[in-house]
Amino acid sequence: MSTTAVNLPKSGKASFWGSTNGKKVVMAVTGSILFLFVIGHLAGNLQIFEGPAKLNAYGHFLHSIGELLWPVRIVLIISVLLHITATVQLALLKKKARPVRYSRKEAIKSSYASRTMYWSGPIVLAFVIFHLLQFTAGYIHPESQFIEGDVYHNVVAGFSVWWVSVWYIFSICLLGLHLRHGLWSMFQSVGFNHPRHTPILKGAAAIIAVLIVLGYISIPISVLLGIVK
Amino acid sequence: MKLTLKIWRQKGPKDKGQFVDYPVNDVNPEMSMLECLDVLNETLIERGEEPVAFEHDCREGICGSCGFMINGVAHGPMPATTVCQLTMRHFKDGQELVIEPWRASAFPEIKDLIVDRRSFDRIIASGGYVSVSTGNAPDGNTILVGKEIADRAMDAAACIGCGACVAACPNASAALFTGAKIAHLSVLPQGEVERDHRAINMVAQMNTESFGGCTNIGECTGACPKEIPLEVIATMNRDFIRGSWKHRDNEVKTITPMTEWSTGSKLKIDPHATS
Ligand code: SF4
Ligand code: FES
Repeated sequence: MSTTAVNLPKSGKASFWGSTNGKKVVMAVTGSILFLFVIGHLAGNLQIFEGPAKLNAYGHFLHSIGELLWPVRIVLIISVLLHITATVQLALLKKKARPVRYSRKEAIKSSYASRTMYWSGPIVLAFVIFHLLQFTAGYIHPESQFIEGDVYHNVVAGFSVWWVSVWYIFSICLLGLHLRHGLWSMFQSVGFNHPRHTPILKGAAAIIAVLIVLGYISIPISVLLGIVK
Repeated sequence: MKLTLKIWRQKGPKDKGQFVDYPVNDVNPEMSMLECLDVLNETLIERGEEPVAFEHDCREGICGSCGFMINGVAHGPMPATTVCQLTMRHFKDGQELVIEPWRASAFPEIKDLIVDRRSFDRIIASGGYVSVSTGNAPDGNTILVGKEIADRAMDAAACIGCGACVAACPNASAALFTGAKIAHLSVLPQGEVERDHRAINMVAQMNTESFGGCTNIGECTGACPKEIPLEVIATMNRDFIRGSWKHRDNEVKTITPMTEWSTGSKLKIDPHATS
């Protein structure tokens, strides 16, 4: 085998970020931060079932701790950006790594969720942008007026529009799919896999994903059914 | 048994290649997949056509030479089986088998079902070894290795380097192979010494080759004829993170990928000469 050994500078592909493994570590860490947000956000949202006063007070509370709100938002934005950058780079690499496609290819072992991460991710991103424009900025608020500070009204009015709710439920289901793979995969990326514990982790990931989906979609469904009005 | 083999034919690396249908009428169910191709090749040779080129050596599932896709599955439908060990009784009479080489830019096509897997050699060369002192053979049992550790090392060492993991991976990643080669050394006391450098160098080599990145999908273990577990990838990741953290110098050694075949000589040698 005629080859030449070279010393690579510790940059480019030999660096931590340059390696595919390093990118996955970054995705695991940022993914876990975003997961914590998903949990916190759900806990906040579910207060809608305790009536307008409680939810609006929670909204005011978040805005009143401005010095804390912005650092959290900045961490979240950086996490999203890093998570996406790594994804895009891995996706480009994937495209380059198999230029000639198989005429036939069967999946035999992998989960549907794991194979559709490149799809569920971007759709959830598009949803998050829509969601922020609707409920944080108030730019998109079909068929009703956005009232700054009246979170309860905004939520009920927003979800009363059927397609907003459908889009929300659809995206949350994809988020669940994304988490079902991501929640155990992040442990694998940082080097934890154990023949006894990983199956438990995978089971837990599925259960947590289902609970999160149920928690979130209970809100538009309750609005549509008139339970919350 | 009658089968239709739809085989990828490609004259050389530059050729475009296409599928050609070959009906094979006298398939013995006890034959292996490779023997079935042998039978086909004999008829092709009799007809004066070019036989189908495929790689093989041991034909007992231990050398890692053979391998191609059958109906979209690496090494065919049986788990933990290489194509040389795959018997034809697992197929139905009259079935059509789509036979395709591994497809990955890190495995450039050579001819028909043969691809160039030297990228794997380079990954091993960049760190898949332990340095031992020369001299007399060491006394037995000077280094004690527990049964559990020995089993883990042995499970990872079962990798035969066939390339099915890359072929099956939607990312065309070599993580399972590299993980196996790292894990079978790094869990042992003998491999502990070079553990950090090994992980850094082998991972760097893997990433310099044109493989994709592992996204923990897990198709590789399903295709692997030696059932190498995904755990080895986590071991690679752990060693890589640990090594990157502890590393004190900036030295990473990789080997420049070579995609051309070289005769190793400046003389003009006819590659078709028989001796
Ligand atoms: S890990 Fe399995 S599939 Fe991959 S090269 Fe080794 S034996 Fe083949
Ligand atoms: S020919 Fe050796 S493994 Fe198949």
